[in-house]
Amino acid sequence: MDFGGLRAVDRLDLEIHCGEIVALIGPNGAGKTTFFNCITGIYTPTAGDIRIHPPGRETKRINGLKPNRVTELGLARTFQNIRLFHQMTVLENVMIGRHCRLRSGIPGAVFRPPHTVKEERQAVMDSYRILEKIGLERFVNDLAKNLPYGAQRRLEIARALATEPFLLLLDEPAAGMNPHETHELDQLILRLRETENVSILLIEHDMKLVMSLSDRIYVMDYGRKIAEGTPRQIKNDPAVIKAYLGEEYVA
Amino acid sequence: MASLIEIRKSFLVSIWFMFLTFPIMVIRVNTVENVIQWRWNNMIAVGLGSFLLSFVWRYLIRRKEQGVQRQEESTGLRRSIFQRIGEDRRIFLPGLTVAAVAVVVFPFLVSMYQVNIMTTAFMYIMLGLGLNIVVGVAGLLDLGYVAFYAVGAYTYALLNYHFGLSFWICLPIGAGLGAVFGILLGFPVLRLRGDYLAIVTLGFGEIIRLVLENWNEFSFGPSGIANIPRPGLFGVAFSLEAHSRYIYFIVVILAIFTIFMVNRLQNSRIGRAWLALREDEIACQAMGVDKTRTKLTAFALGATWAGLAGVVFAAKTTFINPASFTLWESINILCIVVLGGMGSITGVVLGALVLVLLPEYLRAFAEYRILTFGVVLVLMMVFRPGGIVSNVRRTYQFEGPDSGDK
Repeated sequence: MDFGGLRAVDRLDLEIHCGEIVALIGPNGAGKTTFFNCITGIYTPTAGDIRIHPPGRETKRINGLKPNRVTELGLARTFQNIRLFHQMTVLENVMIGRHCRLRSGIPGAVFRPPHTVKEERQAVMDSYRILEKIGLERFVNDLAKNLPYGAQRRLEIARALATEPFLLLLDEPAAGMNPHETHELDQLILRLRETENVSILLIEHDMKLVMSLSDRIYVMDYGRKIAEGTPRQIKNDPAVIKAYLGEEYVA
Repeated sequence: MASLIEIRKSFLVSIWFMFLTFPIMVIRVNTVENVIQWRWNNMIAVGLGSFLLSFVWRYLIRRKEQGVQRQEESTGLRRSIFQRIGEDRRIFLPGLTVAAVAVVVFPFLVSMYQVNIMTTAFMYIMLGLGLNIVVGVAGLLDLGYVAFYAVGAYTYALLNYHFGLSFWICLPIGAGLGAVFGILLGFPVLRLRGDYLAIVTLGFGEIIRLVLENWNEFSFGPSGIANIPRPGLFGVAFSLEAHSRYIYFIVVILAIFTIFMVNRLQNSRIGRAWLALREDEIACQAMGVDKTRTKLTAFALGATWAGLAGVVFAAKTTFINPASFTLWESINILCIVVLGGMGSITGVVLGALVLVLLPEYLRAFAEYRILTFGVVLVLMMVFRPGGIVSNVRRTYQFEGPDSGDK
């Protein structure tokens, strides 16, 4: 991915298998979020391929697709700096996630035929179920902006889940959380993998979380992949320690 | 109470005002006798007036601040008086009946002049609600809205002139063409937001007006099109007075139709997508909402109502020329939306009534009319910055896992 003369992400090969939790780590400015933006269609990569193989469907190359198409195909993301719809209620936020799975158009909105009414009711119910799973059901009618910080982060995950993804991309889900909230998040992510049948790619700086959750870890620095492997391998990788852990995590 | 500090503050304000208005209120040069007249009593009047007004002003400000504090203290959802009225059926239903009866009886009780003013007000309700979709709900600041109004008006005028098509046939055509032009405007501005969008739409509005003004063969230029027939009713002949009543009722029905439609659109999957688009475009798209399509439907559906209102306008005035579709008109409609309360249907209806009726009934103040109007607008924005009906968007109220209604 190039921005003018700047190469922000340089030949990063990354694979995620079905049901895996993969972490992408690296110092600030390494290009992790840019990588996310490339995958989810916010940027069009200048070179390279992104291929997805949704369960039970054909392999598909998704370079340059619009973000909403990417989401329809089953990739859903959260944002590093929370991007909720603040003036909408928690339920409505999740219902926006359902949007791409609903079909009613303008005639449906105006005439409200039975199937539209049914679809809307179903959307409300589905959204509520998702909130229950994430544990936000007591906030259901609150405006998103009035939620405590940790709950806002979880609402982003709920909203992403509502799009029925097979791969969930979490951009620093634990940023700014206290240890208790982080622990809850840890449990939540593990539970989601079990019950929702999603694979997860997460960017995170909280090493404790990363090491305990991930099946595999990729490490980036200056747009390049410098290491990959299991948490144990990464911990002992000299390149990683030099680039990253060596400076911040002197044991 | 009025402590010494308060008096001192007001005193300073009055001194300041006396100083500011000194050149225009006190000095007058008599050019005939070449002398300067010093009108000192004007200065005293200004001083006393500003002294008293500053007291009132600060009292109101203080009350407003207390109001804000009270709201912050009270827990739970904030409700405005309008929402409570809307929810309480005991007040709402009789209130609606009274309003309906008043609307129906109104044209038979008052003069034709009054009926015409009311017709205009209802037309602006349609325009306001249309623009409300674009600006209030979808958050796309459109300063060229009047272009679609012009499209509607010229659709009727030209189709009637060339092909003799009647009002009722032109009504849907005008609405449709409005929507088409909405999409035409929508395409180039898809990537724009905020200020940039405002400027481009402003340009678009001016282009339409200038084309109409200069393309003589097509639109008869600045001289406009006259003798546009009023709407007919199976060939019944109307007196002028009966006709204005007839148009009044057409507009009332169209306005109610608009309210109904806009309400349904807002509370639907599309309405939700518009809201989300206003809140955060990137997140909205990342959650699977097709940004292009959502924006275009907002522009198209907003413009539809302007097209409709335009046809009615042409039929009502029987004469149109480009001077009716200036930027000022767009700003006026935008004022209705902002003053009424962005995104609120009740708000826009009230805003339209206030903004159309107030200048008319302020005619009693003669030359101070626009000044008074301006003062009212400024006061409104200071004391109710969210509009007449602020923050009352109806949200899905989830009642429990077994009763998923709204």
